[in-house]
Amino acid sequence: MSPPFPKPRPKNPQLRTPQLTLPPASRGRVALGLTAEAAEGRFALQVCEECGAVQYPPREACRVCLSHRLRWKAQAGGGVLLTSTTLNHSNDPYFRDRLPWRLGMVQLDVGPSVMAHLHGDVALPTQPGENVRVRVTTRLDRSGKAVMVALPEQETPHMSDDPLLREMGSDPRYRKVLVTDGKSAVGQALIKALIAAGAERIWAGQTEPWKAAPGLDELAKLPQVTLVPLDVGQERSVIELAGQIGGKVDILINNAEMHRTFGITGRRGVEVARAEMEVNYFGLLRLAQAFGPVLRARAADGPAHATAWVNLLSIFALANWPAQGTFSASKAAAYSLAQALRADMRGSGIHVLNVFPGPLDDEWNQPMPPPKLAPSALANAIVKALRDGVEDIYPGDIAQDWLTRWRDNPKVLERELSAGAM
Amino acid sequence: MTTSTSTSLLASLAGALLTGRIRIVDLTQTLSPEFPQISLPPEMGQCAPFRIEEISHYDERGPGWYWNNFTCGEHTGTHFDAPIHWISGRDLPNNSVDTIPPQHMLAAACVIDCSPQVAANPDYLMTVADIEQFEAQHGRIPAGAWVLMRTDWSRHWSEKSDAAAFQNFDESGQHTPGPSTEAVRFLVEQRHVLGFGSEAIGTDAGQGYHLLPPYPCHSLMHGSGRYGLQCLTGLDALPPVGALIFAAPLKIENGSGSPLRVLALVEQMP
Repeated sequence: MSPPFPKPRPKNPQLRTPQLTLPPASRGRVALGLTAEAAEGRFALQVCEECGAVQYPPREACRVCLSHRLRWKAQAGGGVLLTSTTLNHSNDPYFRDRLPWRLGMVQLDVGPSVMAHLHGDVALPTQPGENVRVRVTTRLDRSGKAVMVALPEQETPHMSDDPLLREMGSDPRYRKVLVTDGKSAVGQALIKALIAAGAERIWAGQTEPWKAAPGLDELAKLPQVTLVPLDVGQERSVIELAGQIGGKVDILINNAEMHRTFGITGRRGVEVARAEMEVNYFGLLRLAQAFGPVLRARAADGPAHATAWVNLLSIFALANWPAQGTFSASKAAAYSLAQALRADMRGSGIHVLNVFPGPLDDEWNQPMPPPKLAPSALANAIVKALRDGVEDIYPGDIAQDWLTRWRDNPKVLERELSAGAM
Repeated sequence: MTTSTSTSLLASLAGALLTGRIRIVDLTQTLSPEFPQISLPPEMGQCAPFRIEEISHYDERGPGWYWNNFTCGEHTGTHFDAPIHWISGRDLPNNSVDTIPPQHMLAAACVIDCSPQVAANPDYLMTVADIEQFEAQHGRIPAGAWVLMRTDWSRHWSEKSDAAAFQNFDESGQHTPGPSTEAVRFLVEQRHVLGFGSEAIGTDAGQGYHLLPPYPCHSLMHGSGRYGLQCLTGLDALPPVGALIFAAPLKIENGSGSPLRVLALVEQMP
């Protein structure tokens, strides 16, 4: 079993804050396919559509029949550990900072053998010839590229506390989290899910304090929760809060959103659309400018260092749903900016998680028929995605359905949506 | 023969300002992003709150100067309501802030103190009896004067920065003081006032939507070409009668109102 991750001691202020080093990051275009699958939590390898051979490393043509028809397909990852070693020395600054480090060669059941980082609970053979079975998966490392990780075949106690998995995820345990809107149903569900996940402190943003938020007072009594004034729609509020707590935030979850349900002709004028952009798009930009630099500077600050940034987007960011046309457009703008933020953060080891839920079960979607995503389901999906270190999630049946149709043919989806379908 | 300085009214005024015999009292709340704005049901159009973003701050965006862009609604912060604000006043002449006569921008004020009643009841509606009692003590309200309802409501914000108490919402809506329908009708028809001023977020009471007509102060005042001032503060520094109010809204073309600086000239008796 892995030793449970201990609560980190307070930082020694006389020592220089460690600076982040990153593992090698460059990958060819074909190999980025592995990263694209890992970004959504899938371990996939190229499979030849002609002869069925499974490929690794990623390549342009089948290693058996030279066909170019290779497709990424999800794999179970079962295999046998052929050999392993523990690095006690490395010339690479990233591994030097994290020694000792275990590596192994695994023969996958589907054919290829792969080099993988070894989880601490992967046992060594106790006698020559014994087969140690492992489960290989991919994780995004701190430079954002997919790497192979070999896990024990069966779950072990405190498995996620292994330093390797903590390094390749953003577990909220013992971390300090800012939830930018603590008043909404999603915000309150996030607070509960983060407490259940062992977060040390949660700052819950509160805008327009004169508007009551049922349930918030109860949550605010919990020892981990602190209400803070925050309106992402105004520069000074964001800068002021960043000045107060920016140096403490390890995970920022931007769930503040303005959700209205108007199409282009459903609402005269641009005031509602402007308010949506002000929060959904400019709010993200203000937060990124105020909190981004200090988050980046703390990316190696102790065992519970700054680690992740979460954007609550919408599946409507991918394709406009005309019935909520201006909201969709504001989320598309936010999605585009979130891509820029991820690029900005990648070099500094801060992980950006984009969340694309389907319609939420909230007051503005009240007339919509189910299925609608419950705030608690969304919050749990976000916490799981943080632990797993994935980049993009699409929680909910509608989001999954849209994603499939969008990937299949965005133009067909656009036509379906413009004809009034959902 | 020119008027000698000793008999010129304005020269006397200037002199009195210099000596401090006439004091200027600021009745304005500071425009800040945190100042609560009027809040309608969320599906209705909303007045924008005050927002301010830096253009430059002696930095690479402008090394030698500091300035901001701000945005707000016509009815944000301490503000002026013109008759065109209400549907009852939409067809009146000179009903928008750019066309109201400048002569109206300086006028006498009568300050009716309702603070004891409001301390006991946030929904307090000023009555005709309150006005008659005021007149019994201080004389008849002159035509063309502002009537300001002192409630000390502004202290929720100016002293305690308590936005929730200033707004005072519960599930039945907002609970803030204002005038009764009869009092408004009396001021408009019997006293021909210039307008009505309040410390709360509207000239009407928080529950004014349930009066007849709904929002009587807006409906009747603006319907007869009178004005409104809201989110005033510092009314406790004014005498019941004798102050002059300087209230000049921004000259917004066809504007329904505007944030403004409201100043009172108060004479200190020697």
